[in-house]
Amino acid sequence: MEFAFTEEQQMIRETAEQFLADHCDSAAVRRAMATEAGFEPELWHRIAGEMCWTAIHVPEAYGGLGLGYVEVVALMEQMGRRLLCAPYFSSICLGANALLLAAGEAQKERWLPAIADGSCRATLAWCDASGRWDATGVSATFVRDGEDYVLDGDYRYVVDGHTAGLLIVAARTPGSAGTAGIGLFALPADTAGVTRAWLPTMDQTRKLASLRLEQVRVPAAALLDAAATDAGAALANILALATVALAAEQAGGAQQILDIAVAYTRERQQFGRTIASFQAVKHKAADMMLKAEAARSAVYYAGCVATEALAGGVADAELAAAASLAKAYCSETYFFNAGTALQLHGGVGFTWEYDVHLYFKRARASESFLGDAAEHRERIAAGLGL
Amino acid sequence: MRLSFSEDDERFRREVADWLRANLCGEFEQIRFRGGPGDEHMFSGERKRWEQRMAEGGWTCIGWPREYGGRGASIEQQVIFHEEYARAGGPGRVGHIGEGLAGPTIIAFGTEEQKARLLPGIRNGTELWCQGYSEPGAGSDLANVKTRARLENGRWLLNGQKVWTSLAHESQWCFVIARTDPESVAHAGLGFFLVRMDQPGVTVRPIEQITGTSEFNEVFFDDAVCDAGDMLGKPGDGWKIGMALLGFERGVSTLGQQMLFQNELDEVIRIAQANGRGKDPVIRQRIADAWIGLRIMRYNAMRMLSGQQDGSLSREATAYKLYWAVWHRNLGKLAMDVLGPEAEVIAEAPYELTRLQSLFLFTRSDTIYGGTNQIQRNIIAERALGMPKEPRPARA
Repeated sequence: MEFAFTEEQQMIRETAEQFLADHCDSAAVRRAMATEAGFEPELWHRIAGEMCWTAIHVPEAYGGLGLGYVEVVALMEQMGRRLLCAPYFSSICLGANALLLAAGEAQKERWLPAIADGSCRATLAWCDASGRWDATGVSATFVRDGEDYVLDGDYRYVVDGHTAGLLIVAARTPGSAGTAGIGLFALPADTAGVTRAWLPTMDQTRKLASLRLEQVRVPAAALLDAAATDAGAALANILALATVALAAEQAGGAQQILDIAVAYTRERQQFGRTIASFQAVKHKAADMMLKAEAARSAVYYAGCVATEALAGGVADAELAAAASLAKAYCSETYFFNAGTALQLHGGVGFTWEYDVHLYFKRARASESFLGDAAEHRERIAAGLGL
Repeated sequence: MRLSFSEDDERFRREVADWLRANLCGEFEQIRFRGGPGDEHMFSGERKRWEQRMAEGGWTCIGWPREYGGRGASIEQQVIFHEEYARAGGPGRVGHIGEGLAGPTIIAFGTEEQKARLLPGIRNGTELWCQGYSEPGAGSDLANVKTRARLENGRWLLNGQKVWTSLAHESQWCFVIARTDPESVAHAGLGFFLVRMDQPGVTVRPIEQITGTSEFNEVFFDDAVCDAGDMLGKPGDGWKIGMALLGFERGVSTLGQQMLFQNELDEVIRIAQANGRGKDPVIRQRIADAWIGLRIMRYNAMRMLSGQQDGSLSREATAYKLYWAVWHRNLGKLAMDVLGPEAEVIAEAPYELTRLQSLFLFTRSDTIYGGTNQIQRNIIAERALGMPKEPRPARA
């Protein structure tokens, strides 16, 4: 057992911190978030080509670096700190993970190298407008028709769904329910019958889309064949991995907004003193730090479990519990810290000019995405036999 | 960063578990799962004998260096030991203040003569220690201690009063912060004294707590004698040594405490399953929240232990006390809410409480002793976040 970053992990983390400080400042975030695509292609090329973040946990056999999920967690934490606007979460934490867990050998060889070098941006679409984040939220259907499958249905809250080149979609056999009868399909976004629409959101730093599939005909080879038509468990694991990554991003955001708030209170003078010297302010900041540190412990733990899960060494239930633990804690922490930071800023925290609202909105959006704290606590309660 | 243990460590785990199975039985069966927080007054004779049985097996002070009678156990092995100890229902340790606080402090600041004379009693479970820090006028403002020490005929004479001293009535030794320079104020002019409890100048008076029990005591010093050789460091070193000791308090011994917490949470979950309250959506949320909080506490501790080992505090360590104190207090309330109206019914008149009632009441002290939540928040804000101290009026 070792619960500190290795030297290599520490280096990845520090390099990311520096890169993002240089290339992802407030101005860059604000430029990207004002666009419909939500990212600047030049920054994406650097992330993929120079930094190789898109290759980080993809096995070397598929053009990746073959590192673990702890490294993904370390990167996501840094991206969360800087509110990075880029399709990293969608392409790597949803798309690549889906292929890693559910695709057959030929499919991995076909898609993963392009995802790892950033030339292909993937995403995962599974749930409809019901707001259910597990397999029960899948309402799109597939039917076999000769050598093809025909897909029909609607998806909502698809991250970067309007810009991704590769769509991985979950669908179910007509009449099936729950986790049964789920299939995962990989199809190019320009496949006939696919309609995509940007879904403008309150948090502008992460872009969502809705998808409509009408009589979309794909070859049998589009079905991710390692999980075949019984992909319910695979989908749960894919979402658990994505949840761990999102929690790491939340932990990073929670830390950064704390740092921003502390810096502001140390400058702001009232009653002839910096407001950081008032206990009423310090105690708020202390509570924020306690939560940010605990959030970090949670995501590092979950990152370790996820690494072992990808290597096949951990039961599904343990991965699910680790993901729920991290997501429940980090969701509340990020929103608490962002809300408290806004309060500590006073009036300027309510302005568009200061960055607080960007974190506040991202915290709110991330809280409900992939299941809010209450949902994940309920999953844990069920796992405890309650 | 990885969670699995090495083969050697797993072998060590079997050794611990085997020893506990072979020894924590017979006369010691009755003290399994006893003597934790709120229950520390129970079975003190049996638990003292248990401490010595542990020592015979070489299971006290395992994290100490070998030259002082420890095993030089790695952090991993200490984690394993605490896990297995809790799993087996090992009782609350009467020797924990000596093993976890006094011992490491003596190792860090003591002379070779002091180490040779004082460490074996801790290691062998024959000498118990208590802590003389707080005073009636020095609680949160610990540096305001008034207990005085004056040097007379080559020995120190102590006068004053300490308070909230747990295990004082059971202990042979007390470590005391007292003022060596009567003209000094605050952090300067303090000394760190190792005082024998069994002497005419020391009087222990139990404090009856809200539980009706008395884990805490007042200790009065009336010309209590401390040999010159029983001062740790020099006059003036008291604050530095006293604070380093508090750093050890956040060390590996916290893992043992967490295992007690796990046993308590498991009991609450069992009750919720049995009485149907576990179907209540709000109770489910709170139990899951407690479970999450305890897991995170474990990984907080792991990160803290992967950092400095010299008693100095890393950034994440400053938040540790506040985190566990709030968690534990909330667990006490949760236990009552899971029990519902049955939570009111005590074990026996006149005032013998159930384990969970003791937990509920006793945990109200967790957020006060060892630095209140408010003091902890000041420490976090000032030391970890670098926020300025509040301007203070000059001392009278």
